[in-house]
Amino acid sequence: MLGFGILSGLLILPLVGAAFILTLRGDSEATRSNARWAALATTLATFVLSLVAWGRFDTATASFQLVESHAWLTETIRYKLGVDGFSMPLILLTTFLMPFCILASWESIGHRVKEYYVAFLVLETTMIGVFCALDLVLFYLFFEAGLIPMFLIIGIWGGKRRIYASFKFFLYTLLGSVLMLLAIMAMYWQAGTTDIPTLLAFKFPYNLQIWLWLAFFASFAVKMPMWPVHTWLPDAHVEAPTAGSVILAGVLLKMGGYGFIRVSLPMFPDASVYFSALVFALSIIAIVYTSLVALMQEDIKKLIAYSSVAHMGFVTMGLFSMNEQGIQGAMFTMISHGLVSGALFLGVGVIYDRMHTREIKAYGGLVNRMPMYAVVFMILTMANVALPGTSGFIGEFLTLMGAFRSNTWVAFFAATGVILSAAYALWLYRRVVYGELDKPALQTITDLNRREMIIFAPLILLIIYYGVQPGPILDAFAVPTDQLLKGVQAALSTVKTAALTAH
Amino acid sequence: MYHAIVFLPLVGFLIAGLLGRVIGARPSEIITTALLFVSAVLSWVAFIHVGFGEEPMIRVQVAQWMSVGDLQVDWAFRIDTLTAMMLVVVNTVSALVHLYSIGYMHEDPHRPRFFAYLSLFTFAMLMLVTADNLVQMFFGWEGVGLASYLLIGFWYKKDSANAAAMKAFIVNRVGDFGFLLGIFTIFVLFNGVTFDAIFPRVGEFANARFTFLGIEWHALTITCLLLFMGAMGKSAQFLLHTWLPDAMEGPTPVSALIHAATMVTAGVFMVARLSPVFEYAPAALTVVTVIGGITAFFAATVGLVQNDIKRVIAYSTCSQLGYMFVALGVGAYSAGMFHLFTHAFFKALLFLGAGSVIHAMHHEQDMRNMGNLRRYIPLTTAMMAIGTLALTGFPFTAGYYSKDAIIEAAYASHSAAGSFAFLATVIAAFMTSFYSWRLFFMTFEGNARWGASHHHAPSDHEGVEHDERGHDVEPAGHADHEHGHHGHGAHTPHESPLVMVLPLIVLAIGAVVAGIVFHDAFLGEGHQEFWKGALFTGPNNHILEEMHHLPGWVPLLPTVMMILGFVLAYYMYIVDAKQPARLAADHPILYRFLLNKWYFDELYDAIFVRPAMAIGRFFWRTGDQKIIDGLGPDGISARVLDVTRGAVRLQSGYVYHYAFAMLIGVAALVTFYLFRGAH
Repeated sequence: MLGFGILSGLLILPLVGAAFILTLRGDSEATRSNARWAALATTLATFVLSLVAWGRFDTATASFQLVESHAWLTETIRYKLGVDGFSMPLILLTTFLMPFCILASWESIGHRVKEYYVAFLVLETTMIGVFCALDLVLFYLFFEAGLIPMFLIIGIWGGKRRIYASFKFFLYTLLGSVLMLLAIMAMYWQAGTTDIPTLLAFKFPYNLQIWLWLAFFASFAVKMPMWPVHTWLPDAHVEAPTAGSVILAGVLLKMGGYGFIRVSLPMFPDASVYFSALVFALSIIAIVYTSLVALMQEDIKKLIAYSSVAHMGFVTMGLFSMNEQGIQGAMFTMISHGLVSGALFLGVGVIYDRMHTREIKAYGGLVNRMPMYAVVFMILTMANVALPGTSGFIGEFLTLMGAFRSNTWVAFFAATGVILSAAYALWLYRRVVYGELDKPALQTITDLNRREMIIFAPLILLIIYYGVQPGPILDAFAVPTDQLLKGVQAALSTVKTAALTAH
Repeated sequence: MYHAIVFLPLVGFLIAGLLGRVIGARPSEIITTALLFVSAVLSWVAFIHVGFGEEPMIRVQVAQWMSVGDLQVDWAFRIDTLTAMMLVVVNTVSALVHLYSIGYMHEDPHRPRFFAYLSLFTFAMLMLVTADNLVQMFFGWEGVGLASYLLIGFWYKKDSANAAAMKAFIVNRVGDFGFLLGIFTIFVLFNGVTFDAIFPRVGEFANARFTFLGIEWHALTITCLLLFMGAMGKSAQFLLHTWLPDAMEGPTPVSALIHAATMVTAGVFMVARLSPVFEYAPAALTVVTVIGGITAFFAATVGLVQNDIKRVIAYSTCSQLGYMFVALGVGAYSAGMFHLFTHAFFKALLFLGAGSVIHAMHHEQDMRNMGNLRRYIPLTTAMMAIGTLALTGFPFTAGYYSKDAIIEAAYASHSAAGSFAFLATVIAAFMTSFYSWRLFFMTFEGNARWGASHHHAPSDHEGVEHDERGHDVEPAGHADHEHGHHGHGAHTPHESPLVMVLPLIVLAIGAVVAGIVFHDAFLGEGHQEFWKGALFTGPNNHILEEMHHLPGWVPLLPTVMMILGFVLAYYMYIVDAKQPARLAADHPILYRFLLNKWYFDELYDAIFVRPAMAIGRFFWRTGDQKIIDGLGPDGISARVLDVTRGAVRLQSGYVYHYAFAMLIGVAALVTFYLFRGAH
């Protein structure tokens, strides 16, 4: 069939759904309902298709699979797609979270309904595109294109300060990408191609690696976000609609981590080794600093946003510890955080839809009227503090172990995050859920309805399942991690010999 | 069988937790309790099979957990005598507490939730004691922490309960911080986290060095110290003890199960389990001894003056845990485990007895409002008396064998730390006897003081005198003690129902006979065949033999202390009941110091909690909002605005302004080219 494979199908399917929604006429309730159902059907179909792709995927090999390649801008800059063990789980995460976003927006989005779902479906295409692009220019295109629908989602359907938040989001992320574009050009001139598999085998000279690494770092660090370029995230989260927050925390933040593992670490191993101390330092600051900041937040969403920054600190720390536990743990943290923080934002959305405020002070004693919600929120809180038995633990444990093997100082400081996360998460829970229900506005609040239960059930089951049986995901990361480490080990050993001869 | 022992409580949890609202409270209670009893019976079978049979260690693989590089972690059980003993302790006490709770909680609207939590706790604790690797142990470790958090905060409407629950979880996390780092160190050294991978190879690392935080340490010492930090948190040892007294906010059966018999002993269990590693880290063992000694002494001093019946027992628990660590620290692991075993019986008995008292008094916990209860609840009184005798080490009760063995072991160790611990535990034994009997006398003897707090004492309280309240009146003002939910004046104290009394009787039997029956196996002639290497002792560790060659006065000393404590308590609370108040008034500083638990809560609040919040606020308001945003996006957008404002001013609309600007431009260009041309 024209040589287009299943990955192209994943990219096109949401666009088809979006196009269909655009053809709907009018703004009647029937049209809105059609738009919702169409979006839900599209995302579900995409998810099923991604499962098919997963079924055809072989975790035992490190090479790219399901590859398809077509000439695009030139013979060398191609439309080339493919997945390996690092990207496949992220694609699944994306397609898995999308239906929940559609469901979460079912009632809370009241105006410009069609456009909203179109934006989401386009966003899905760009996110999947980032994870399966095998050409740097294509990667860049998807990486940047994703900004636009997100910018619109925050700017149009967001809260009171949505304009400020959306511009802050846009400016921050765009600034980083300009440097990335320059770096891609430089790589093209050097290597003569933007084909990722070729570049993975290409050895860049040391000095160039340094500059390229920094340029990519600027972009990925903002996306991550790492301290000190993290301040766009709390604002964006606070103002974004619930589903926007879910996608932002669940998938968009993972693009930075994916970038590190796809580009920075394998293509610039020497520079990565050189800069690992910097990344460690920023990661530790992110973990400790943002955990402390989270402690003092007065807005539920902001608190969770800051906790996301702290968790992403674990990811960068794990990636740059450059051993199996660190890297696989970091990748696992990304998946787990996608589920947990996504679910947490959905959880905040539930009470926001009822009370239209995110202020912690406005709540208290919810357990009295919302026992089901209290259970759900408790499980998610525990997953957020990385209780063993939830998926959060696997990632945090492995990244800390990886960091400990690399540098005990790093693990020591990062492990304080274990204490701090418990402090902010449990304090939030206590203030929102426990206590007497004495606020007049809360007297009539209702427990989770059927739609909301359907949303949370699979998320919670997966969070616990992957906490007990992380194998399916970890195994996917194992082979590409070994492959990656071979390249990095060479860089590490040259550093060591250099250090030895210098003495 | 082992699958059943461990997973039946999980089944109970899932049934009561998920279906509790559907099937109702009574079925939830019966199902969870029945499953626990099955588990408990199987545990005894396993205990006799493993401890007194021929079979060596068994490993039961359940499933793989994670496999990352060299890190292989399984869900698996390691069944040896140590595990089997813990299975017995955990399941027996848990089953009895389940049964007891049916009576104790019968008025509570959330019983399915309560029983679900109890079963969840039991499951996590069983995962902890059966763990065949450190990571699974950590799973159980945090799991019991979660259950403890949920149960302390069970009455979620009470703000103090919520605060206590949070505090318990966070302080435990401080310990877990060390535990995690300890696991990592083990992994780096041994390249594995299963006990099978660690224990046979410990000898290779006897002199290894390991650089942690820039300092080169004796590898096994730093490992053990980090792991011990976890044990300190879970077992509420000195410095990380602050959560345990507050944990008494939970329902009393919870205190008996979690905060006396099982969870708090997890730290002791961990050190005993890792005895092969600790044996090669003498410096770490010294730390264990000293911390244990300090805790035994410190907690006992605070216990002397507390007025809340549960808090007295809580500090007593803290103190007894210190004893166990002393035993471990001097190398007498079996003595420590023996005390853990017996302590589970009599401390659970004391707590459940206290629960029975509280139940009788309608949720009154302040001993100053009790007295003379012996006449109303004689059975509970008798049971409490047995528990007190066992705790204070009355001859031939359980405590007599296990606690005295620890004091003897401390003496026999012939080290500075051991001598210190000996001194601390002997003094603590005296104080233990004093506060235990003080509790007993204030609660059950003397005059009834529970009518007096109400203006209209019912007339049917015949023979109840209403004299002035209490012996231990605070020197200045009243204690800010919160009373229970209900008043208590309107009812005569009543004996508890059978479901509550039955567990008391079973535990009382245990408290009396556990020492005599198991002494020989745990400590005496048969200990080699009993433990079968589950507890490791190094080639230079002869402490169990040396304990048999002590000067004659050493074994007698604890008994003497017990008698002295009893006599003093009898004198102060029965003979001359004004004495305690006078003493407290004469030494207000010391009294307040003890009453306020050495001001640890205030200290931690000042040096950890407040600074953390202040720093957090500073990072947020100043760091993020002023500096990062101020110099970053907001600053830039402000500058952009400034520039555009300037640009706006340029566009005045007057043609001659533009013409003038053009002229300047042309002039500049011409000048530029002239200069370039000149080169």
